[in-house]
Amino acid sequence: MASQADAHAATFSAAELEFLAEDELIEIVPNMRMDPLNLICGDFGPFRPQIATQVPVWLAVALKRRGKCTIRPPDWMSVEKLTQVLEAERDAEKFQPLPFHYVEISRLLFDHARDDIPDIYMVRSLIEDIKDVRFHKIGTGLEIISRERTYALRLKNLSAMEANIVRPFVTRALQTFYKLSSPDMIQDSDSVSNRQPQTANRGPRRQLKDR
Amino acid sequence: METGAQDGSSGYSTMDDYESLISTTDAELLKRAWQNEKAAPQILRFEAALIQRSREQIKLMEETVGEFTRNGIDPLTVSLYQMDLDRTVFLLRSYLRTRLQKIEKYVFHIQKTAELWNRLSRQEKRFAERCIEDMEKHLDQSVLSKLPSSYKSHLKQSSSSEEDDMVPEPRLDTYVICRSKRFLGAFQLDDSAEEPVNIEADDLYALPYKSIKPLVETGQIDLV
Repeated sequence: MASQADAHAATFSAAELEFLAEDELIEIVPNMRMDPLNLICGDFGPFRPQIATQVPVWLAVALKRRGKCTIRPPDWMSVEKLTQVLEAERDAEKFQPLPFHYVEISRLLFDHARDDIPDIYMVRSLIEDIKDVRFHKIGTGLEIISRERTYALRLKNLSAMEANIVRPFVTRALQTFYKLSSPDMIQDSDSVSNRQPQTANRGPRRQLKDR
Repeated sequence: METGAQDGSSGYSTMDDYESLISTTDAELLKRAWQNEKAAPQILRFEAALIQRSREQIKLMEETVGEFTRNGIDPLTVSLYQMDLDRTVFLLRSYLRTRLQKIEKYVFHIQKTAELWNRLSRQEKRFAERCIEDMEKHLDQSVLSKLPSSYKSHLKQSSSSEEDDMVPEPRLDTYVICRSKRFLGAFQLDDSAEEPVNIEADDLYALPYKSIKPLVETGQIDLV
């Protein structure tokens, strides 16, 4: 049987994830005047000095790099909010709600709009800590699914980048369980053991793991 | 292809769906089509209408940018339009490239399966046919013609095979990470007597592609 090379390892590259994140809207304060932009991805503007407006992150970064605006960091990126999230993340087993692209967006802002982020060192360190706690949770979660048979996983509040990183392991693990629990496999094991009547021992079963 | 549908997806019946349909821009639709195609193990239906519209928009935008440059519109504006254009072109190209990769990989299987063959665009079908021709010729010249006669097929291991067992197929039981737009309630994963899974809107789930295949094809579940 021609074998299947797995081409889906990490389906989206980090660059592609960033590409997707760049379409999220963010607030900027232009320092110049510009007519509305009628782009394929939407209409933005008009741009007037000191009047805040919303644009996609890629556009905000482009304007920022040319010194045409300041970027207003999103509400969730304040020291206050992030501290709350970090504490909740440490206390609870579940994942705290965070913007889907929080990793990519914070990265983009750190790279291009450092001066627009108050307490940037604090913010950066909080986000790193949040990421670490979440990854640690992912690790323990993965251990759990390896112990019990799992058919489906609920990944509530996982962010885009975390999902992408976890994808190769999770999909292959679940697939292997699926394969191993299929009726054919159990029949095979029956025939190996001298055809003695055997109840199919499917082990502890957990239909859905909520994380 | 349904003639009535606006953008290639099957018609929705509830008002809810209609509203979400008209408020989704082509750029959004192209992005979703791209994501779904990248994550799905099998080739999905070609979004002919969407791709056609996207091509037209790109062409229009290219002309606009050309005009701007000629009329001396300020370079900042021009570069922003160009960036948006580049992004759209990237999505389109990556969508087509991903599909071509899948076609190349599973070309014999696609050819034999009418449902899959019909998901290809006209140009993709031509590509597939040329691919098949080249592969058959190559396999034959390099190996098969030198094997004993009962092993000469590129589709079967030997003439005693009952099925085309040399044809690679995509694994539909691959797990994918997905998200449903709406609450789907108790969802039966498959025919084996497992309990149904409760699917909430907007949460990520890891599920076997096989179980959600029809929902992906009607656009109710997106792959991530």
